[in-house]
Amino acid sequence: MSTGAINKSPLTKTKLWKFHGGVHPPFHKDDSNQTPISFAGIPEQLVLPLQQHIGIEAEPSVHVGDDVSKGQIIASASHNGLSANIHAPTSGVISAIEERTLPHISGLSGLCIVIDTDAKDDWKNSKLNTYPDFNNTESKLLLEQIQQAGIVGLGGATFPTAVKLSSSKAIKTLIINGAECEPYITCDDRLMRDEATKIITGIRILQKLLKPETCLIAVEDNKPEAIKALQLACQDDDGISDNVKVVAIPTLYPSGGEKQLIEILTGQQVPSGELPLDIGLIGLNIGTVYSIYKAIIEGEPLLSRIITVTGNGINKPQNFEALIGTSFNYLAEQAGGYTKMADHLIMGGPMMGFALADDQIPIIKATNCALISSTTALSESNSEYADQPTLPCIRCGKCMDVCPVKLLPQQMYWHIRAKDFEKAQDHNINDCIDCGCCSYVCPSHIPLVDYYRFAKNEIRDQKIAQEKADLSRERHEFLLFRKERDKRERDEKRAAHKAALQKKKAEAGAKGDKGENKKDTSKADAIKAAMARAKAKKDERDKESSTRKESLADKKTSDKDPSKKALEKNTELKKDEI
Amino acid sequence: MKFKTNTSPFFSSNSNVSTVMLQVLLALIPGTLVMFYIYGWGILINVVLAIIFAVSLEAIALIIRKRPVLPFLYDLSAIVTAWLLALALPPLIPWWILLVGIFFAIIIAKHLYGGLGYNPFNPAMIGFAVLIVSFPFEMSQWIENATLGSKLPGFIESLYTTLGITAQPDWDAITRATPLDAVKTGLRAGTTSYTEIAQQQDFNSVLRSWIYISLAFAAGGFWMLYKKIIHWQIPVALIATLALFSGVMYLYSPETYGSPLLHVFSGATMLGAFFIATDPVSASTTPIGKIIYGASIGFFIYIIRVWGNYPDSIAFAVLIMNMAVPLIDYYTQPRVYGHGQKPAHDPEPKKGSDK
Repeated sequence: MSTGAINKSPLTKTKLWKFHGGVHPPFHKDDSNQTPISFAGIPEQLVLPLQQHIGIEAEPSVHVGDDVSKGQIIASASHNGLSANIHAPTSGVISAIEERTLPHISGLSGLCIVIDTDAKDDWKNSKLNTYPDFNNTESKLLLEQIQQAGIVGLGGATFPTAVKLSSSKAIKTLIINGAECEPYITCDDRLMRDEATKIITGIRILQKLLKPETCLIAVEDNKPEAIKALQLACQDDDGISDNVKVVAIPTLYPSGGEKQLIEILTGQQVPSGELPLDIGLIGLNIGTVYSIYKAIIEGEPLLSRIITVTGNGINKPQNFEALIGTSFNYLAEQAGGYTKMADHLIMGGPMMGFALADDQIPIIKATNCALISSTTALSESNSEYADQPTLPCIRCGKCMDVCPVKLLPQQMYWHIRAKDFEKAQDHNINDCIDCGCCSYVCPSHIPLVDYYRFAKNEIRDQKIAQEKADLSRERHEFLLFRKERDKRERDEKRAAHKAALQKKKAEAGAKGDKGENKKDTSKADAIKAAMARAKAKKDERDKESSTRKESLADKKTSDKDPSKKALEKNTELKKDEI
Repeated sequence: MKFKTNTSPFFSSNSNVSTVMLQVLLALIPGTLVMFYIYGWGILINVVLAIIFAVSLEAIALIIRKRPVLPFLYDLSAIVTAWLLALALPPLIPWWILLVGIFFAIIIAKHLYGGLGYNPFNPAMIGFAVLIVSFPFEMSQWIENATLGSKLPGFIESLYTTLGITAQPDWDAITRATPLDAVKTGLRAGTTSYTEIAQQQDFNSVLRSWIYISLAFAAGGFWMLYKKIIHWQIPVALIATLALFSGVMYLYSPETYGSPLLHVFSGATMLGAFFIATDPVSASTTPIGKIIYGASIGFFIYIIRVWGNYPDSIAFAVLIMNMAVPLIDYYTQPRVYGHGQKPAHDPEPKKGSDK
């Protein structure tokens, strides 16, 4: 249920809905959006992690010492699952393939390809085909090109775009996300202003591929220039412009969250655990659309992206088009260097980004912003509140009022402090989107999101541990069962053997006593005994198999909430061993 | 270059506990001033004395519990508790009764449970309940108020009386029952009906002064609503339920049951609805839970006022419902984004796992 409030935006007259909660932090957009995007230049070295997308690492297809041309694939998408190609952003020599620190919250390192650039920026023959007449091109070819180009969702999720676009589900609405609700970040804003026509062309390509009924470009109303530019670009286009609408949405964090944006534009909610595709919607970020344009029209794979370098820790905040693999350090130099106030280096925005300890780390496909700021500037009212101590929760409910998912942050916090993760799950903690609104408004300054991240990890770990424990318990039970069975069989065999021996002895004695006339009967007895033995053995076998079936059945009924996988594995195991 | 690391969100707003509590204190000012106008210096002396006791006891408790003293004193929550309790006490009450009340509020109800944020019961109401049970006589001595034309005791006189420097006055000569008290004793004695009581001029002028007090507290409450310090659900549900029950009973028998006007605008109804029942720590926290919580308090207020032993009953009604809060909160979770229309919790939650 949406709150049902309806806004009539003067720009587009599109009916809009509201999502629950949200906050208005200071946005700081003007810091960095005053000048057009400029190319950051080619640094001496580029470092390209193999993992720049959701899914599995790409596989290196070059060796140390190889010359590479601009646009050459240096690591190709793994065939074992979701993955994306990685290209050489410029020409040069592969100087190393080694572990380097990744731009990740963990600060861990991972395998990276290092290119020493040669400043020639030479394509050789690595450019892709171009399809200027994309409307008369087979969709399959276009999708292949997008896959080849290594394009992933540039809004931050980095889901391989070709996979997303290949879904067979019917699309009702194509949503282009230009909301850019995180404070400080202006890369999409600037891209919309500077390259509106190319973005609209990118949307035409998507319309050709997805055949949606409508296409909405959502932009927060604090970016009037971007809205105007896109509207102009729409009008330039002939004929089909009526099914592309630029929608100005109210400025409110986190309206750019995929699920929140869907609620604003359609009034629908994506069911928990499902994808927008399941309700006929697909969302793509402005930057992604732009890179689709570059791949199809200009034949250029994803070699660079737009990144905002901003904050009071940098002398000339601005937007760059930077090659993937450029270090933060290089970008900071291009932006006039650090000021004295460079306390933090944050990749992403101040609400959902993460802090990096070092600037000798490369930007990747997901890096939309480098925020370099002093600690005090991040606190709304500057120094006065910067070092507020954390106080106990007073259950004021401000967090609940701003939660865009309508969770009860105060209750989840309470349960997590008590390590009662089950109750936290009852409160749907797994639906938390980490947006940070709750921590932002908390008058007690409790780092709520940290608690939720911790709990979500803990719940995941517990689940895995539980599955493992179930499996090993069942294995152990089966081991005991097998030992018991073997022992019983051995005992029975021995007993039968003993009985047979005794009988033989007795018979032998009788034979000696009574002589020839008993011979026939003893023979008949021996046959009878053998038959009886065989029957007994057969019964035994039947009984055993039935008890085994029973024990299995018991297990199935006793484990009301079975980890099915473990059970299946276990039965497979039994089949093998029996 | 190296940087400081931290986790997101890096932004924080400027709201903090002190600001919240300070706004509650500001909202209490109009009602307190009207009470001061009607009942004289005794009211302000109570408030100031209560705050001094509360802050001292809070500091001692924090030191004993080895907690940082200044940040926790700075949160102003002890002052809010003291102020609320003081407003519920009659003027000229002996200082040591005040101290006993504050001791139970701050030490027993708050710090023994873990201090700010951990108290299951409303501290001010625990203090009040202890006093009304232990000192029923002193707790009912409301002096004759200014609207009847009698002269109020001056500042020095009030202070000396409270501190016990001068002897206790002849209470019978200077006190007058509050409207709720008058109705209660009148009806219980069986000699008069509510209709007769309501025709007495004195009763009406005292009731009128309580209506002024109630309106002033309601004004403070509306300001807190405007400032989003409190949510609307508790006060609205509380007042509506109380008005509904008293209205129905009044229509049924105007002779024996007080009017909705009496119930809603006298006693501590408004103070309770906007300031006491809304104490976030001990109140229900979900939107629907707040409605249930507020409505139940309104219901219990009426029951206890009419059929119980005490003329007013905010404290007991609030304390009863404090106990039900965890249950209410668990079963009134809002529907989370992307979940069905049904409440998202497990319908039969803890059957196996509690054992």
